[in-house]
Amino acid sequence: MPVLTRRDALRAAAGFVAAGARADEDVPAGTAGGNLLAALPGKKPLIQRAFRPPNFETPLAELAPFYTGNALFFVRYHLPVIPRVDTAAWRLQIGGPSAQRPLELSLPQLKSGFPQVSLAAVNQCSGNRRGLFSPRVPGVQWANGAMGNAVWTGVRLRDVLHKAGIAADALEVVFNGADTPLLPGTPDFVKSLPIDRALDESTLIAFEMNGQPLPHWNGAPARLVVPGWTGTYWVKHLTEIHIQPTAFDGYWMKSAYRIPTGAFPTARFVSQETRENTPITEMLVNSVIVTPVPAARLRRGEPAQLAGKAWDAGSGIASVEVSVDGRQSWREATLGRDHGRFAWRDFQLPLDTSKSGPLEISVRARSGSGATQPEKLTFNAAGYHDNRVQTVRVEVS
Amino acid sequence: MAPRVRHSEAALGLALAAAVVGASFSDAPRAASDTLRPATPEVTELREGPGRDLTVGLCMICHSIDYIPANAPAMNRAAWQKTIQKMRERFGAPITDEQANTILDYLSATYSGKSG
Repeated sequence: MPVLTRRDALRAAAGFVAAGARADEDVPAGTAGGNLLAALPGKKPLIQRAFRPPNFETPLAELAPFYTGNALFFVRYHLPVIPRVDTAAWRLQIGGPSAQRPLELSLPQLKSGFPQVSLAAVNQCSGNRRGLFSPRVPGVQWANGAMGNAVWTGVRLRDVLHKAGIAADALEVVFNGADTPLLPGTPDFVKSLPIDRALDESTLIAFEMNGQPLPHWNGAPARLVVPGWTGTYWVKHLTEIHIQPTAFDGYWMKSAYRIPTGAFPTARFVSQETRENTPITEMLVNSVIVTPVPAARLRRGEPAQLAGKAWDAGSGIASVEVSVDGRQSWREATLGRDHGRFAWRDFQLPLDTSKSGPLEISVRARSGSGATQPEKLTFNAAGYHDNRVQTVRVEVS
Repeated sequence: MAPRVRHSEAALGLALAAAVVGASFSDAPRAASDTLRPATPEVTELREGPGRDLTVGLCMICHSIDYIPANAPAMNRAAWQKTIQKMRERFGAPITDEQANTILDYLSATYSGKSG
């Protein structure tokens, strides 16, 4: 029987689901500690980046399936008070100065009052890969797994907004969820979207994920889904929606989740923009290598496959190129089926294992709009938008 | 290993946290029925040093202290100063000037992994 330390015993007593493993193999050298695998209630073991507010990352190997399982999907919170929402008592309020007919909806009313739609989309945290930044920057030290791909089912936000009546002066739509701060001086997590993005046909109020009700830790009973935009806008446990004629001035818009103005080729958020900085909006074209893992040993002469995912903000993936010679020459990987422009795309390529020695495998995706992954990081203080060409080094022997 | 959070300063912080939790329920969202917590115990093992217990007690009012070692590689004295200031000014942390200095000295000496 394995020897339990006192800490292990305490964990067992507390109902801790012992994964019995460290997640270090998923974490690039130089990434900070705190890499324990731990399970939140209803979740499988994930990489515990922080306990409270909970921030849990999907292990790289679990990104292999096309749809990320609900129990494996990453968890990201900003505030410590996270109520378990009573679905029967839950109401969504839609109002604000630019709403002509404020209304309140129960979950059955939301589900039956509007056409239901489903779409596959990547949800990626703005700070995914922050832990790989050089120089290092403060914040949750994510590696590659603050992201996942799922089928989201719900109703179009625009249908709900139209029912509430959108005044001609509407500028932004503001979203609040049931999670709250502990201290009166802590800003509540409230986000806004430009009115045109809120009215986009792809923006949903979702109540299902992969055909199941949303897990608590991913926003039950309903959350915002903003395909192509980073996870910060996908407000969980949605309770209030305000349509307003002014720019929302809360901390999480005006001070957090911002990038240098003009530094990235993404959608502008004009009503929130200053000369210096602007809110992060769309994801950049990007890819992740799922297999082989870094430092893997491939057996000489045995078949081996490179596999991973590529995605962008909704123009789709045009091609994925692979180099196995230190980026001297490139060839095209085979793309998997297209599940819609907001989903990620599988790619794969057989690896040549006929010769012993090191292999440096690099991958770069090209989007439908022609954007490609850069070689160098565009440094920004908050640690966003790391879409550098992905490289893993393995050994054939 | 002995439990680490037991000194008076830390107890003060925890008592304050408990009081605030109690207060927050009165204006909690009406859909709320209880608060879920992860099953994993909080890491409470910060390195020894003057000011450790005050740091633990005050910081963990709002967040687990595993944020501290996790961020250490990105931090130096200037970065910790900025973070403590942010917690006080932007997040409303109830930290006095004197306590802020103690926390800054502790974190700078103990969890600064960034050169410069």
